[in-house]
Amino acid sequence: MPLLEIDDLAVTFATPGGDVRAVDGVSLSVDEGGATAVVGESGSGKSQTAFSVLGLLAKNGRATGAVRWDGEDILNAPDRRLRTLRGEEIGIIFQDPMTSLNPFMRVGSQLAEALTEHRGVSRREAEREAGRMLDAVRIPDAKARLRQYPHEFSGGMRQRVMIAMALLNRPRLLIADEPTTALDVTVQAQIMELLADLRREFGMALLLITHDLGIVAGACEETVVMYGGRVMEKGPTADLFAAPTHPYTVGLLAAVPRIDGDGDLAAIPGDPPDMSRPLPGCPFTPRCPLAHAPCPTVRPPMDGRRACHAPVPDVRALAARLAPEAAE
Amino acid sequence: MTLLRLEDLSVTFPVARRGAWPWEAPDLLRAVTDVSLEVAAGETLGLVGESGSGKSTLARAVIGTIPASSGRVLWEGQDLAALSAGRRRRHRAEVQMVFQDPLAALNPRMTVGRAIAEPLQTHEPDASRDERRRRVGEVMEKVGLSPKLMDRYPHEFSGGQCQRVGIARALVLNPRLIVADEPVSALDVSVQAQVVNLMKRLVKDMGISLIFIAHDLSVVRNVSDRIAVMYLGRLMEVGPARPLIAAPAHPYTRALVEAVPVPDPARGAVRAAGLVEGDIPSPLSPPSGCVFRTRCPRARPDCADAPPALRPVRETEAACIHPIAEAAHA
Repeated sequence: MPLLEIDDLAVTFATPGGDVRAVDGVSLSVDEGGATAVVGESGSGKSQTAFSVLGLLAKNGRATGAVRWDGEDILNAPDRRLRTLRGEEIGIIFQDPMTSLNPFMRVGSQLAEALTEHRGVSRREAEREAGRMLDAVRIPDAKARLRQYPHEFSGGMRQRVMIAMALLNRPRLLIADEPTTALDVTVQAQIMELLADLRREFGMALLLITHDLGIVAGACEETVVMYGGRVMEKGPTADLFAAPTHPYTVGLLAAVPRIDGDGDLAAIPGDPPDMSRPLPGCPFTPRCPLAHAPCPTVRPPMDGRRACHAPVPDVRALAARLAPEAAE
Repeated sequence: MTLLRLEDLSVTFPVARRGAWPWEAPDLLRAVTDVSLEVAAGETLGLVGESGSGKSTLARAVIGTIPASSGRVLWEGQDLAALSAGRRRRHRAEVQMVFQDPLAALNPRMTVGRAIAEPLQTHEPDASRDERRRRVGEVMEKVGLSPKLMDRYPHEFSGGQCQRVGIARALVLNPRLIVADEPVSALDVSVQAQVVNLMKRLVKDMGISLIFIAHDLSVVRNVSDRIAVMYLGRLMEVGPARPLIAAPAHPYTRALVEAVPVPDPARGAVRAAGLVEGDIPSPLSPPSGCVFRTRCPRARPDCADAPPALRPVRETEAACIHPIAEAAHA
């Protein structure tokens, strides 16, 4: 049984302009100790998927389907249950560490609060544990750092503090929503390595939400590619990168500028979908080079790995055309 | 032919110390220190560095909105600070800028047609209304926007389309140099590639020089003839794009190359070896000697002595006294 199982999740927001369906029929899972990435561009619904797991949707949002945590359905669970879950079983880190930290509170006190709140340990014991955790996320001189305020930390160090906070209660799953997007590339590499180390040390599962296929490759065993609120393709990361079977995955992989690549980038023509006016069929249709008759009107079913009307050999041919050197 | 030349350019900003008395001298933030660079006509120079490296300040010194504290910016051999009023006006038309956040760079209450026409009104006030509309339509077509969209407002456009508007606005005066500051970092990957390819094609077709600023080395590599790497206000390495990335001479360039995530599961773990520790130091108190030494895996005691000057190493120039000798990186 997977640790986290999302089954046919749909998220709808009531807006003055009518209902907007941000997530539509998403199913994915994270195994105990495993790592799954959800990759998508803006408007793909990747963050809303994570938010519904945690019960953090905006007030006008409504989620249907099922989210099973260790077998227990937690979608729309009572607040008390969700609070325990978020504090003790699932850790969360967000993109911008500065907006997630209280600027008026010493870092040590913020960390300790997470423990006194959820574990009921004494303040002194909590501060000691906080120091140990800052050590674990490789913050030099952890003990002195506990007395400092968030603005005295650099961006990378703040993200480490956030990770330390998320790990204090030894969660079984860490949800990381674009954890390195606000960071410089050298610091991004450090944080991704840290996450990999911590997964090993704590035996923790990871759900990584990102727009960056590059960081997925080294971090997660399973990958789910989303577009326009739907899952386009999912499977073991290695297979998905080596032999994508959905035109969107193919396009996305070819569009990523590579340090080891050359020549023009293969752009995906057109613009991201307008979520307030969804197509009845596949949301990628207007930008898809393989779109044909059923695509705009008939929703392709998810057949194990992918949701696409185009035959797999056609997708493979497209991949070979977009990345001729990879076919060699 | 050299279009733009920076000679020992430095830009400093006074920063008041907290708790200091008003008569005390402020601290100096050295945003750019002793940078010498050239951009040839028709050439694309990529400028990379992390936040705080001074790349945006350098861009603003090039377009003339921030004065040089010392050193010179030479435009066609003439010192920017000493240009006559008329020549300076012309310089402002010849050098155009493209910004990072395309929506924020456009006036929300101005149709995109008017936004694109605005530089024309300023620099060619004699052009008739019809002439302006014709030129705006032309340039919109060049950037892949239908001229029919001229009377729409920015909020009706996607991020990628807004950036096309920003590029059209920069092109409308037929500039000789475009300075693009992180022009694609706010865009989705699939759209990023469209805009990168568009800029590459336009500058080539129109013979425009381009300074392409980004923190992402893989994007820069894709557009640039030459690349300049900055760190804490100083130039670390300059050279032709291909050898600079394939066999960096400066340890910082190598660190940047190694840190770029590669979308290939088989290679993900291997590259972690060259990781740099820690964060970029404060530009208010940069390290003595080589500014990178506090994070450099190859630093030795003599690195603290003096800031190294750029000198040729293989095909590039690097400011390092212990450059990477071999083409170790494949």
